[in-house]
Amino acid sequence: MAGMKQRAFQIYEWFERRLGLTKPISEAAAHPTPPTSASWWYVFGSAATVLLMLQIVTGILLALVYTASAGEAWASLQFLNHSIYLGWFLRAIHGWGSDFMVAIVLIHMVQVFMFGAYKYPRELTWIIGVFLLLCTLGMAFTGQVLRFDQDAYWGLGIGASIVSRVPWIGGPLVHMMLGGPIIGGQTLSRFFALHVFVIPGILLAMVAVHVWMVLHLGVNEWPMPGRIVSKATYDREYHELTSKQGVPFVPDAAWKDAVFAAAILLSVIACALFFGPFGPSGQPDPTIIQTAPKPDFFFLWIYAVLAYLPPELETPFLFIAPIVVIGAMLLLPLVAGEGEKHWSRRPVAVLMVAVIAVTLGVFTHLATFTPWSPLMEAWSGDPTPTAYLKNRSPLERQGALVLQDKQCRNCHALGGVGGMRGPALDAIAARMTEDQIIRQVLQGDGNMPAYGNALSPAETRALVAFLMTLRGNNLSPAIDASHTLTQSGAMHVPVPPALSAKTP
Amino acid sequence: MTNANEPSGQPQPQPSPSSTTVPELRTGAHSRRAFLFKLSLYLNGAVGAVLAVPILGYLLGPAFKKDSSYKSWISLGPVSNFPEGETRLVDYRNPVTTASDGETGNVACWVRHIQGNQFQVFAINCAHLGCPVRWFEQSKLFMCPCHGGAYYEDGSRASGPPERGLFQYEFSIAGNNLMINAGQMPTLSNSACLKKPLVQIAPNPSTQDQEKTSWPA
Repeated sequence: MAGMKQRAFQIYEWFERRLGLTKPISEAAAHPTPPTSASWWYVFGSAATVLLMLQIVTGILLALVYTASAGEAWASLQFLNHSIYLGWFLRAIHGWGSDFMVAIVLIHMVQVFMFGAYKYPRELTWIIGVFLLLCTLGMAFTGQVLRFDQDAYWGLGIGASIVSRVPWIGGPLVHMMLGGPIIGGQTLSRFFALHVFVIPGILLAMVAVHVWMVLHLGVNEWPMPGRIVSKATYDREYHELTSKQGVPFVPDAAWKDAVFAAAILLSVIACALFFGPFGPSGQPDPTIIQTAPKPDFFFLWIYAVLAYLPPELETPFLFIAPIVVIGAMLLLPLVAGEGEKHWSRRPVAVLMVAVIAVTLGVFTHLATFTPWSPLMEAWSGDPTPTAYLKNRSPLERQGALVLQDKQCRNCHALGGVGGMRGPALDAIAARMTEDQIIRQVLQGDGNMPAYGNALSPAETRALVAFLMTLRGNNLSPAIDASHTLTQSGAMHVPVPPALSAKTP
Repeated sequence: MTNANEPSGQPQPQPSPSSTTVPELRTGAHSRRAFLFKLSLYLNGAVGAVLAVPILGYLLGPAFKKDSSYKSWISLGPVSNFPEGETRLVDYRNPVTTASDGETGNVACWVRHIQGNQFQVFAINCAHLGCPVRWFEQSKLFMCPCHGGAYYEDGSRASGPPERGLFQYEFSIAGNNLMINAGQMPTLSNSACLKKPLVQIAPNPSTQDQEKTSWPA
């Protein structure tokens, strides 16, 4: 036994004599960390790195089978899902790992922002971190393209349409992005190259720099209200803190990182096991147009924003907003590199995080049910509620038929079922008079197309007759107040006597 | 050629420890080697510049290709396939495809036969962000599933986020065949953009005329 130990030590010595890595590694591992930073709040960065490793391993495993050819990619994903032993599970881990990685990177960023950790001397660490976030999102987007299904195909179409709006060089940029005139083989190949070579290469290099800077500058100390960061004194204060009270990163702080990383990996595995892989959805055949493409979870908010922007604002917004947002993130540590770190003394920072989180959350939520999109099958799939047909005249029932047949339900709900692009019609007659309804239907307005060309006079009459019966829970019908007033001559009311008496 | 710091036969009176033990200082005095090193940097810069030409040319190749080089006239089938007054979906194979394109090389478009030799051939891609629009015969509307764009039967913008009407292909009748000039995904920045954006946010005069003439009441 003792002989074996000695033999093992000799082998170690042989390598160490040549590698010389023990000293720098043990120094890095044991670098002094402020005791308050050995906290559960400081585990997200390492978890993101662990997830990156998971993505690299599972990505390489998937690449053993995946075919990066527009004609065969979809079939190779089906093959992975159904014919390769545990192929579905590896796809699921890679897919869920991606979602977890984006989420953890975002949480890490919010934590760093709230703890003021981007301030002096860690400005560059934050700036590199911004690029790491962009790379992570780039990996998520290009990965979604490699899942070469209908969503990926039309997602590329959306991407190309956005790129085409770049002033002057939009056309060449689209051809650069697609690699040719259409979304096809060369498009997938270049996204494969981006996802597998280019972005991971940049990502790994920047992670190395990011981690090096954390070791070089030390872990951010726990912020205290009133403890001001100043370039003149910070280095001395931090050195005092770590040299007097500092604990070695390994093991005092690292065990929490390790436990959290294990928990995250387990969560990814659990999600993969219980929810399975993402798609692929329908095959990427552009002649199959019965599809409602949607991006992956972390891009849903963009999808929603694109639906709500007024048309004339869209192009400027698409190109100015990202520059402003990314520019602001990059400049943040340079502008606010000193001062208070604690969140309780930085109300604007707290407010910003809250507003941005709520905004992104609301847009993401909206994009899960896309109220701005017509429901393509509502007109033929969702029947008129029977209650709305009871005790109705033949004309009114004919109108209900017109409402269904002319696809009104694609945008208008009845009884809570149907599209949400336009308002629900259950109480339309309580809000609009007959004249107003006729005008709105025939001429359109706001977001509603004009139906004058699509409706015969008889159809219009029947439709409006039916709509006039829709008064919700027996609400009183809408009246045109001015109409009544003009008819009764009440518009010409003389000045009331009580008032005229007061006037001199 | 001798250098002051190279070991020579004669013992040096006072070897300055800094200049002999610190490599940076030692090389600093070797003006010839420093010069050669600088020269090597320039040499590599020049080689890099030469190498950059094919790399950039290869990368930017697709960007310099003209729209027209992708497009050609292709047949959508006999005119009799498209009854007058109807709008029908038709597929064609893109004139330029590669071996790896597979089914992505197929393209769909909407053909509206107005009457006689009057046609409109609309791209499947919404003018907003390129999603596939669907035709609804009954309401005479094209609707987009992505962000709710809608177009009238003549392709003009009806509502929603699109800035303009549907993209249209040039068409011609050759013999009995309906031909279109196609070959690339229509976007706002290529020749599919026959009309500049924002034109159709104001009501399209042609649509209004048509509305007037075909208005039954």
